[in-house]
Amino acid sequence: MTSFFLNGQPVTVDDDPSTPLLWVIRDSLALTGTKFGCGMALCGACTVHLEGAAIRSCVAPLSRVSGKHVTTIEGLSPDLSHPLQRAWIEIDVPQCGYCQSGQIMSAAVLLKENPKPTDKDIDEAMSGNICRCGTYSRIRRAIHRASQLATERRPS
Amino acid sequence: MSHLYDPYKSTSPLLTPESSSPLPAKTWQVPRRDFLKTSAAIGGGLCFAAYVPELAARALNNSPANDVSFAPNAFARIAPDSLVTIIINHSEMGQGIYTSLPMLLNEELEADWSKIRVEAAPVDAAYNHTVFGLQMTGGSTTTPSEWERFRKMGAMARLMLVEAAAQKWSVPASQCHVEKGVVIHNASGRRASYGSLVSAALQLKPPTDIPLKDPKQFTLIGKPTRRLDTPSKINGTAQFGLDVHLPGMLFALVARPPVFGGKVENFDASEALKIKGVRAVEQVPSGVAVIADRFWPAKLGRDKLKISWDEGANARLSTSQMLADFSKQSASPGTIAKKTGDAAAALASAAKTITAEYDVPYLAHAMMEPLNCVVDLRPDSCEIWTGTQFETVDRANAAQVAGLPPEKVQIHTTLLGGGFGRRANPASDFVVEAVHVAKIAKAAVKVVWTREDDLAGGWYRPMWHDRFVAGLDAAGNPTAWMHTIVGQSIAQGTLFAQYMINKEGVDSTSVEGAADILYGIPNLQVDLHTPKIGVPVQWWRSVGHSHTGFSVESFFDEVAHAGGKDPYELRRQLLANQPRMSAVLNLVAEKSGWGKPLPPGRGRGIATHFSFDSYVAQVVEASVEKDGTVRVHRVVCAVDCGRVVNPDIVKAQMEGGIIFGLTAALKTEITLENGRVQQKNFHDYQMLRMFESPEIEVHIVPSELSPTGVGEPSVPPVAPALTNSIFAVTGKRVRRLPIRAADLVAGSGARS
Repeated sequence: MTSFFLNGQPVTVDDDPSTPLLWVIRDSLALTGTKFGCGMALCGACTVHLEGAAIRSCVAPLSRVSGKHVTTIEGLSPDLSHPLQRAWIEIDVPQCGYCQSGQIMSAAVLLKENPKPTDKDIDEAMSGNICRCGTYSRIRRAIHRASQLATERRPS
Repeated sequence: MSHLYDPYKSTSPLLTPESSSPLPAKTWQVPRRDFLKTSAAIGGGLCFAAYVPELAARALNNSPANDVSFAPNAFARIAPDSLVTIIINHSEMGQGIYTSLPMLLNEELEADWSKIRVEAAPVDAAYNHTVFGLQMTGGSTTTPSEWERFRKMGAMARLMLVEAAAQKWSVPASQCHVEKGVVIHNASGRRASYGSLVSAALQLKPPTDIPLKDPKQFTLIGKPTRRLDTPSKINGTAQFGLDVHLPGMLFALVARPPVFGGKVENFDASEALKIKGVRAVEQVPSGVAVIADRFWPAKLGRDKLKISWDEGANARLSTSQMLADFSKQSASPGTIAKKTGDAAAALASAAKTITAEYDVPYLAHAMMEPLNCVVDLRPDSCEIWTGTQFETVDRANAAQVAGLPPEKVQIHTTLLGGGFGRRANPASDFVVEAVHVAKIAKAAVKVVWTREDDLAGGWYRPMWHDRFVAGLDAAGNPTAWMHTIVGQSIAQGTLFAQYMINKEGVDSTSVEGAADILYGIPNLQVDLHTPKIGVPVQWWRSVGHSHTGFSVESFFDEVAHAGGKDPYELRRQLLANQPRMSAVLNLVAEKSGWGKPLPPGRGRGIATHFSFDSYVAQVVEASVEKDGTVRVHRVVCAVDCGRVVNPDIVKAQMEGGIIFGLTAALKTEITLENGRVQQKNFHDYQMLRMFESPEIEVHIVPSELSPTGVGEPSVPPVAPALTNSIFAVTGKRVRRLPIRAADLVAGSGARS
């Protein structure tokens, strides 16, 4: 048995501790917003937050998260109110949408660590996330827009 | 049931006489100008599904609220709370049709846009493509197929709701109008919401005369409108095939042969069965299936399998040999696909001749969501959940394997995490295999392909070799153009052969974009060799245009330079009789600043391409570093795709197609050695990433003509625009994709 916190809630699973976190979240805990793309940490579709840091859940064994806090796209906001989600809607970023959970989870860590990223900062932070539909230019615009929205919301 | 798909023998069950599946009533490649004529030929024209009582009833039963809802036709359902559900018969794989089709319907229905919901259609002939006669999504044809039908379906519903209100108020319907889902009596101002009219509208007969708005009155069509599917795609709730979860469902992976056409000789499952959670290991026609409680034990179990394979006839296939064979074949003339004037005679009298050969590789679709399929097989039913582009075909193929009539098989089309043609498989490979696995699982089962499975799984864009000879007159104008194409047929051996391959043996998709070039060259000859190779091939975003766009537009650039002409000016000159292409060409030249100075080290390249009845021109600005690395800085794109339904979605598709085409130009190839695919995952089949993505500008030429394709036409011109820009800045001509840095290192010679 392994216990950890998923989007703030305590969970316990009986998967083998070597099972990649991705499959525990998707198959055992039935939260399917986190996606499988490559299984080798090459595409970023499975990005989640572990104690606030972005990790590729397809290569993180369950044992690594024991007792820790994991956040998935479902836990980003209860109501699409996160600045990234607002910006994503405003700019209509997704096409097929499959990679977008991972894109947003990577972008969320970037903005937390660097609230005013440059294009170059964005390119670096997002280099691990593939989008086959080619929404890159919109993702870049939406991250800048989210950065603005976050600032606007912050009390002065 | 030992019989299944075999791409080498091409025994799609659809070819069997007992199949009751409706066949396409017309060729696969129907020119859009024949659209209305063709539609009319398919039993009754565009409105043949105008009223389908059986489907209206089903729509009713499916109503989530279980209230009495008003379903005037198979495409719309209005609930008492005024929520409008639009039933969509095409698959959403990123191209935005879950937004643009509701826009078409609601342009006429005029419901409150915030009350619109979308639902995937079940499989039924009522939902067939209006041209192809199959329920399917492909060929950049969704909007052209539904342009009239969806508006009619909306108008029908509105007319009935207005009639219901008019009868209630005892006034003529002509004295009422609608605003945002409310019927209003002009004189008295009395109002009734659509929801309040549901039970009255149910009593009415649908109208037969359904006039449509004059386009000048459009309020929704043509306006940038936010996508309806965005919220669900950014909070984890969107359901792709891989996300389907049924109670008690098992998971399976299949070990497939290392060589196309290979067969299992024998296997040892003893180690696999020791993995906790593995339930069964059994042979299926495509390999050996490992069935487990979860994905991960299935994967671990498969890793432990020991299988000896009969590798069959393809075990010696190699890309280097194929390249040599193709080049050799191209030296002799093939089957004539197009002949205008006398190219051989014109060449003989030309002032100058040039020749060049081009190569492009096999390419995988590499959708972000790997293939998968959920099947719940019961004695008298088969339910399938998957992201497919090919419902009618998949149902017929699945029914054959399940031993059920097609009407006992239902497909629930989920969202597709990318399609690009791979999920429209003539043999339904990923669906048929899952039905075989379900027979063993004796429970609902989800078959998942890993990235490695997906990349090595075949059904690629064919590799192609193109050989050109052109003749120029003394003024540098091309007078002769000979183009020999070598590559596999996509249609050969499938249901579609009879529609796509002519009696001389020319597959229209092999020569599209080459046999129909728009340039006014007086003597033109295009011929084709179609080698048979045991690598299964399939349509891939822009299909044949994905290679002819590159080769034709690159060689045209060579012709321009050989004749001392500016590549834009020569295009302009030879497109003088093509007003729509001339307009996009001139627009892209203007917006890109063609001819104006560039920062040092940067070059500009230009290309045009006509595909899916749309006109596209692009200019790429690129530079090449000393080590040969190519940097793409800017892409300017102009498109004429007829009347635009949602300009922001058109722009997004142009942007996406450009990235897709650049990925093929710069990154990807599938190669074989000893019959084995060499690429495994995204480390050796690399996608373009954000830091490599250029600035993209899209300009749309306004048009009042019927809508044409949008999903694919921006792919073909971007590779040649890029390689033409590389020539402009380095003098090196790229004739082989993907572009290799080694060919462009400072001081190296160009491949010629």
